[in-house]
Amino acid sequence: MDIGRVFSKRSFVLGLLLLLLILLATSPLYSPRYTVVLLSNIFMYIVITVSWSIFSGPTGYISLAPAAFFGVGIYTSAILGKALPLPAVIGIGSLASFCLALLVGALTLRLRGIYFIMFTFGLVELLRHLLLFWECTVMGRRGRIVIIVDNTTVYYLMLIIFVILMLTAYLIRRSKLGLALQSIGQEEEAAAHTGVNVTMVKVITFAISAIFMGATGSIMATKWTYIDPYIAFNPLYSFMPVLMAIFGGMGQLYGPVIGATIFTYLEEFLITRFPYYYMLIFGIILVIAIAYLPDGLVGLIGKLWKRISARKHAHT
Amino acid sequence: MIVTILNIVIAGLLMGGIYALIAVGFSLQYGVARVLNVSHGEFIMLGAFITWTLYTVLGVNPLVCLIICGPITLIIGFLLHRTLFTHLRTSSVSFAAFEGKSMLASFGLLFIIQNTAILIWGNPARGYTYLDSSVNIGGAIFGANRLVTLGFALVIGLVFYLFLARTRLGKAIRAAAQDPGTAGLMGVNINQVLAICFGLGALMAGFGGVLISMCFSTIQPAMGFQYTIIALIVIVLGGLGSIPGSFIGGFVLGLIGSIVSYWQPALSLAAYYLLFVLLLLAKPTGILGK
Repeated sequence: MDIGRVFSKRSFVLGLLLLLLILLATSPLYSPRYTVVLLSNIFMYIVITVSWSIFSGPTGYISLAPAAFFGVGIYTSAILGKALPLPAVIGIGSLASFCLALLVGALTLRLRGIYFIMFTFGLVELLRHLLLFWECTVMGRRGRIVIIVDNTTVYYLMLIIFVILMLTAYLIRRSKLGLALQSIGQEEEAAAHTGVNVTMVKVITFAISAIFMGATGSIMATKWTYIDPYIAFNPLYSFMPVLMAIFGGMGQLYGPVIGATIFTYLEEFLITRFPYYYMLIFGIILVIAIAYLPDGLVGLIGKLWKRISARKHAHT
Repeated sequence: MIVTILNIVIAGLLMGGIYALIAVGFSLQYGVARVLNVSHGEFIMLGAFITWTLYTVLGVNPLVCLIICGPITLIIGFLLHRTLFTHLRTSSVSFAAFEGKSMLASFGLLFIIQNTAILIWGNPARGYTYLDSSVNIGGAIFGANRLVTLGFALVIGLVFYLFLARTRLGKAIRAAAQDPGTAGLMGVNINQVLAICFGLGALMAGFGGVLISMCFSTIQPAMGFQYTIIALIVIVLGGLGSIPGSFIGGFVLGLIGSIVSYWQPALSLAAYYLLFVLLLLAKPTGILGK
């Protein structure tokens, strides 16, 4: 009977996810254009946040490099957008991010704690300023024009990336790799002694997470028409995913998804009307989430749920 | 030729004085209180804006503002540490977890302080001029305010060094830097001392802000972050947690910046980051690090 319950619960969740997917896949047919644009934006943040938390969630290495990988994707799209079809551009964008992450990972993942954080942050700034220098002095003009793609195509591409990412994240969590990552997060030395190839695991996961950021960058670039190093390598794209993942809670796969959705919606809602209040609220929520929500929103809900169900049991 | 070299060196030292002052505060906050305070630059911005307000509205001499802005940022920093960071420190499972969390919390503070400042002072650049007569040093010409700034930076650095080396509180701070746990067992009120360190870091930032507003004609609410980055590079250069290291590192970075901008002005920021990234890879302990 217990097995039956587990099965039915599982098929219920699967059914729910399938329904959600069908709803999302058909939404451009009947919902207004604004919703489609908003959903693409939400997908963008979800993809960056979830791919960030694939690596940083279990290991505890706080990477501030997402903006670098995202920016590489954006620039790939800007440079190759005219010459190549979009799928090829996306492929090259993700590959470029993957290679950069492999290189960076191999160089830096022996740095721990604060050194790693600072390095990844410095990397974004370095790339931005080198690019800026290159554009200003060698090419003589700052920024580039990007070929525009219509909103529905962007939406579907983001949906595909999102689904692939969620499957990858799920499989990694379930696999030996996920277990290795968790053991690294808990005690790296012990993980190495139990036979985990620590460096390999870290570099590979870091690079896998960069693929999705690169792909997202090269898709979303088509929405901006004009980009320059300040837009492409904006450090905010490094900090946002960290905040969203922490706010949502990294204990569960859907935590970062919820965090990213809420924040993107909040951003859409507030930034046009009260930009400074938005950033102020953003800061306050960040401080509160870090100080009082160690497991994020999901952890909080879980705790409340446990309390409620415990009370129920106590009564019966 | 000699005048050119003199120009580069003096410009580097003048810049380096400010860098050193900012970095010492940053280093104190990271080295002792273990908070990588990303919002350090916002305290600089606060110092600069309070000075601007006092000077343009009430006509207070910017140098007098040092003794007004310093205590204000000191108190803000102290209270922040007593409330937010002490809570984070006592609730974190490990040391590394605290470092990560406090960095992110200070990032939240960055947004809070910066946008509060925008709401108060508005977004456009402000500025005032003070002591901008020029001084000739062996053919190289510099503003008097820059020289005054360098002088103050050196004096503040020296006074602070004496404070750490000679006073009882300084000893407690040094003990807390070595091992907070043991220092606590030896009767140091550790929460208080760490909060004082954080506050002193903010005080340095406030001083830095006053001097910066005096030297550079424009100040903006978003100006803080660039100084945080400079401080970050300097403390890596000088060795994380080493206060003399960050003082020396400030001057070294000032000189490097001055040399690079003479040769190729557009590259000076890129050069800073390149130096930063290479240092982290090759010698993460810096010049004076252990």
